[in-house]
Amino acid sequence: MMKRSLFKSLAIAALGLVLAAVAVVALALLQVVGVNPDSPQSILRSHGPVAERQLWLFLILFWAVIVIFVLVGGWLLYTVVKYRRRPGQGIPEQMHGNTRLEIAWTVIPALLLAALAVPTVAAQFYITEPPDGADQMRIEVRAHQWWWAVEYPDTGVVTANEIRVPVGKAVVVDLTAEDVLHSFWIPKLAGKIDVVPGKTTSMWFQADEPGEYYGQCAEFCGESHAWMKFRVIAESPEAYEAWTQAQLADAPAPATEAETAGAQLFITKACIACHKIHGVPAAAGVIGPNLTHVAGRTMLAAGMLENNEENLRAWITDPADFKPGNIMNRDGLAYNNPQFALSDEDISNLTAYIMSLK
Amino acid sequence: MEHAQASEHAEHATTTGIDHRKMLIWAFLGSECMFFGSLIATYLVYYGQSVSGPGPADVLDINTTTVSTFVLLMSSLMMVLAYSAVSKGDVKRFRVWIVCTALLGATFLGFQYFEFTEFGHHKQTFECPPALDRPALEPETACQDGATEYKANYGLTPRTNLFGSTFFTLTGFHGAHVTVGVIWLLSLFGYSFRRGGEDLVRDGGLNVDLAALYWHFVDIVWIVIFTVVYLIGVTVAPV
Amino acid sequence: MATLAGVFNRPYKPTGVWGWISTVDHKKIGALYGVTAFTFFLVGGLEALIMRFQLARAEHGIVSAEVFSQLFTMHALTMIFLAVMPLSAAFFNLVVPLMIGARDVAFPRLNAFSYWVFLFGALILQTGWIVGSSPNTGWFAYAPLTAESFNPSNGMDFYVVGLGVLGVSSVAAALNFIVTIINMRAPGMTLMRLPVFIWMTLVTSFLLVTAMPVITVGLIELYMDRTFGMNFFNVEAGADVILWQHLFWVFGHPEVYILILPAMGIVSEVLPTFARKPLYGYPVVVLSGITIGFMGWAVWSHHMFTVGLGPIANSVFAITTMFIAVPTGIKIFNWIGTLWGGSIDLKTAPLFAIGFIFLFIVGGLSGVMHAVAPSDAQQQDTYFIVAHIHYVLFGGSIMAVFAGIYYWFPKATGRLLSERVGQWHFWLTFLGMNLAFYPMHFLGLDGMPRRNYTYAEGMGWDFWNLVSTVGAFVLAMATLIFVHNFFRSLRKGEPAGDDPWDGRTLEWSIPSPPPEYNFVAIPTVHGRDAFWDQKYGDAHGHVARAPAGASSEDEGHGIHMPSPSILPMITSLGLGIAGYGLVYSFPVAILGAAITMVGTYAWSMEPAAAPDEHGH
Repeated sequence: MMKRSLFKSLAIAALGLVLAAVAVVALALLQVVGVNPDSPQSILRSHGPVAERQLWLFLILFWAVIVIFVLVGGWLLYTVVKYRRRPGQGIPEQMHGNTRLEIAWTVIPALLLAALAVPTVAAQFYITEPPDGADQMRIEVRAHQWWWAVEYPDTGVVTANEIRVPVGKAVVVDLTAEDVLHSFWIPKLAGKIDVVPGKTTSMWFQADEPGEYYGQCAEFCGESHAWMKFRVIAESPEAYEAWTQAQLADAPAPATEAETAGAQLFITKACIACHKIHGVPAAAGVIGPNLTHVAGRTMLAAGMLENNEENLRAWITDPADFKPGNIMNRDGLAYNNPQFALSDEDISNLTAYIMSLK
Repeated sequence: MEHAQASEHAEHATTTGIDHRKMLIWAFLGSECMFFGSLIATYLVYYGQSVSGPGPADVLDINTTTVSTFVLLMSSLMMVLAYSAVSKGDVKRFRVWIVCTALLGATFLGFQYFEFTEFGHHKQTFECPPALDRPALEPETACQDGATEYKANYGLTPRTNLFGSTFFTLTGFHGAHVTVGVIWLLSLFGYSFRRGGEDLVRDGGLNVDLAALYWHFVDIVWIVIFTVVYLIGVTVAPV
Repeated sequence: MATLAGVFNRPYKPTGVWGWISTVDHKKIGALYGVTAFTFFLVGGLEALIMRFQLARAEHGIVSAEVFSQLFTMHALTMIFLAVMPLSAAFFNLVVPLMIGARDVAFPRLNAFSYWVFLFGALILQTGWIVGSSPNTGWFAYAPLTAESFNPSNGMDFYVVGLGVLGVSSVAAALNFIVTIINMRAPGMTLMRLPVFIWMTLVTSFLLVTAMPVITVGLIELYMDRTFGMNFFNVEAGADVILWQHLFWVFGHPEVYILILPAMGIVSEVLPTFARKPLYGYPVVVLSGITIGFMGWAVWSHHMFTVGLGPIANSVFAITTMFIAVPTGIKIFNWIGTLWGGSIDLKTAPLFAIGFIFLFIVGGLSGVMHAVAPSDAQQQDTYFIVAHIHYVLFGGSIMAVFAGIYYWFPKATGRLLSERVGQWHFWLTFLGMNLAFYPMHFLGLDGMPRRNYTYAEGMGWDFWNLVSTVGAFVLAMATLIFVHNFFRSLRKGEPAGDDPWDGRTLEWSIPSPPPEYNFVAIPTVHGRDAFWDQKYGDAHGHVARAPAGASSEDEGHGIHMPSPSILPMITSLGLGIAGYGLVYSFPVAILGAAITMVGTYAWSMEPAAAPDEHGH
């Protein structure tokens, strides 16, 4: 008698464990099928130590959470099914609680959380600053509605919306904002840090392998927030060095007739009020992105459009069509003063000129 | 607001024995603590953060405000006497004390009005030549002829700097509370003429008790403001 | 002054619209709250549907970026301040006096005032849709995007004034319920015999009273900046824009518990009734509710993990946030403990309550994931967070609200909601909810930021966005089914009787709907589950004396009830006018303030119960 019931309860326990394990695996699989790590902004495939550490923490949580969910959710479902009311059932025993059980389900979660706090705090310190002795470089990023100005204080390179870094080097980014709050995020390389006007915040990342990584503003910053993107391009130290040298050169002089006309228009249509082009003394504006080598970037309009002639032409024709509320449309004379309006030919020439700024 | 409210429950004892309205005002004052606490916190966060003057030490006049603080404290004493009178059923004395309380409160408000306008027109003497962060000369020639100092407008308005915004908002909301208090006290004075003050005395002067709690609270808030903004502001340099 | 009250010609036994405007009966005010809030719930839902339609595919041009900003801002504001909070208030009003054995709340006219102020605040907040400029910075309204220079339209003014007015309503209501619960309990109902719903109401009320002033100060500062050119959030003047975030979240996190604690209270009533067992571990459940209330003040910076407060601050707030999971877990375990060994009647109300637990486990667990600050830096401001908040606010608060509606509807109206339709409603809601919000976890992990009006093709986000949109429409359908059930049952529902669920608490001891005075004689309470003990005896087998409460109509004669009054409405109308004045023109604001002041005077001179009505 005794033996049989012991055997029976052991069997039930074993069955329960198997069921729970199956459920954990099934649920985990469901999540794995659901996500798309190949997506360019997925955090589930890291390419640098900061994102890796964050992913590692996330995965610990992921498994813990799935197991807890199966246990607690399973217990709930089992309870509801087992104790559903049956016809003719009397009043169940009126029990008011069980002190030991209640202490147990207070203390156990508390201990689990205390254990979780350890890697949390360690990781928090790790992601704040690069480890001592790491090979470092600094860049400065200034966020604007809705683009990013990028400066390399060590080399003097100034660019926008595209950050080139050598692989294997810890990059410390100091950030501040021109206007409102923004948040700087490169999902595959590092979690986000807010960009605050009047303050400097900083973060670091490192790319372990060459590649093009998506970046995104993650703090709502007004109408075109969705299109405030950028790219991080990691390449070999040699390629990075070559790029730096190219960036430091002045913009190439216009070669063709159209480019020359475009260069002229860039001045007469007041583009120079906001945009800087090294080598063109009149073009010294600092309100908009530096365009010295804009044609060499992969994307236009802050990570929004692929950089090609067709997109550039469309962008110059009507920037608000792409980025509603942008100040090029609002304040640029070419868009709100008929005397400065751009004809189709003007647009072609400007496009030709800007595409020549390799 | 709830003066006549509890009458329907007058015949039932409350669970705790405390009158509903008294409990309400205590809870309300708890809420007010959070309100002034947040305003004072803002003031402290911005203490010394203004990028331009004038600062507390430039405009605040401890002597004047000590007098107005004393006036407000005395009004609390009058309030105690008023409540004491009404709880003994002495309506005539109550009227005297409550008017005194209200008058002292109004005097405090007068001081505050004077202070606010005075700050706006504040002038200060500066050394020649003018430093970059100091106000421009007026007239521009003031530093000529070997003058070693000059006098210039150095007024504080809510728009001038962070100190102005936080100072006027904090003290302004305190002043608004005093104003409400004065109106409340005067209303009680008017109410004391209704049926010869019978209504006021009937429940042991509960209506006066409630006003008194509010009034003392507003006074205590002022003590904190006077300490934090005035005494510390003039004597302690911001970190 | 006495004549002033006479000007308004006090209504004594008003009916129709006039009766609703002048009512001071907590049950009617509860109904007003409920119907108004549910209407706003539908408005907020409509806003959500437009957004989901826009996001159903990449670069969908249904609405502009600006309209989308207004939609997500107003969706949150509407759901939080105009739907969930007032729905909780509806339950407070309807149920609290009935559960504690009182005839009304402590301040019946203040109660009416709270409702009317809520209504006018809600209208101010919604004005933007009429004049074409709703708030557009997200409900959190981070400075300096809210500054006049970045945001010249009136949208943010409606935000500031609307939330300010709503704050007055919340604080007034909360003060009222604090006093009611502490001071109007039936004889014998000690604090540790209070139903858990009452406890949660009390904790929520304390949170409201203390948290609302903090956001009010933030709103005042923003108003001063926008209207008078002050410098609170002016970076050039040296301001620290992060100050707004602190003020907002010091309010905002207690606010989260303001939204969820009443829901937990409802569930703690529904489960014992339908399992026919007392709540498991009552003292611990109460204590965890109080603990959550306190700890809610110590975790606000977990909304600011990416602000750059530094590793020490982040670590501290990560740890406090993790530990808030302990009392929350205790509640969940005790609810399951309540069901364990019970006799669970799976009617619609307990289904919603069980659904609540299930979804809240999901939302709670993803909450712990966010508490881990370093990995949260990858999730902050992505759809992963959107998924989390909808699991706790829809899966949590709204599911519990539906449980409460199915549970107490018969008490309020005397008729049962249709169970057959109710089951459809539950299962469709459960399905739609998971379909709409579960995929958002995937989208967040795949890097989709929230508050984006559109997204590019090729990001890998198209499929789950479409699924989520389908889920949103399933939810809409479920909600329409509920609306149908509500109106149909109101007219043709099965009569409920006094005690349709074999209830445990005092509200089931009186007729449905309850008479104006609720209890003919105030009951005496001898234990928790007061009514159950009356019916079945307590644990020691003692059957309490039969309640003197439930009996025929005419016994109610001679009970003093407060008379109707329109002064609360007039007084709050003044506040509403003043609110519009603060946006548009100061003279109007002064006029509004004057109306409020006259109303207040008339009110304080007006006796609560008209003496001649009772032949004094």
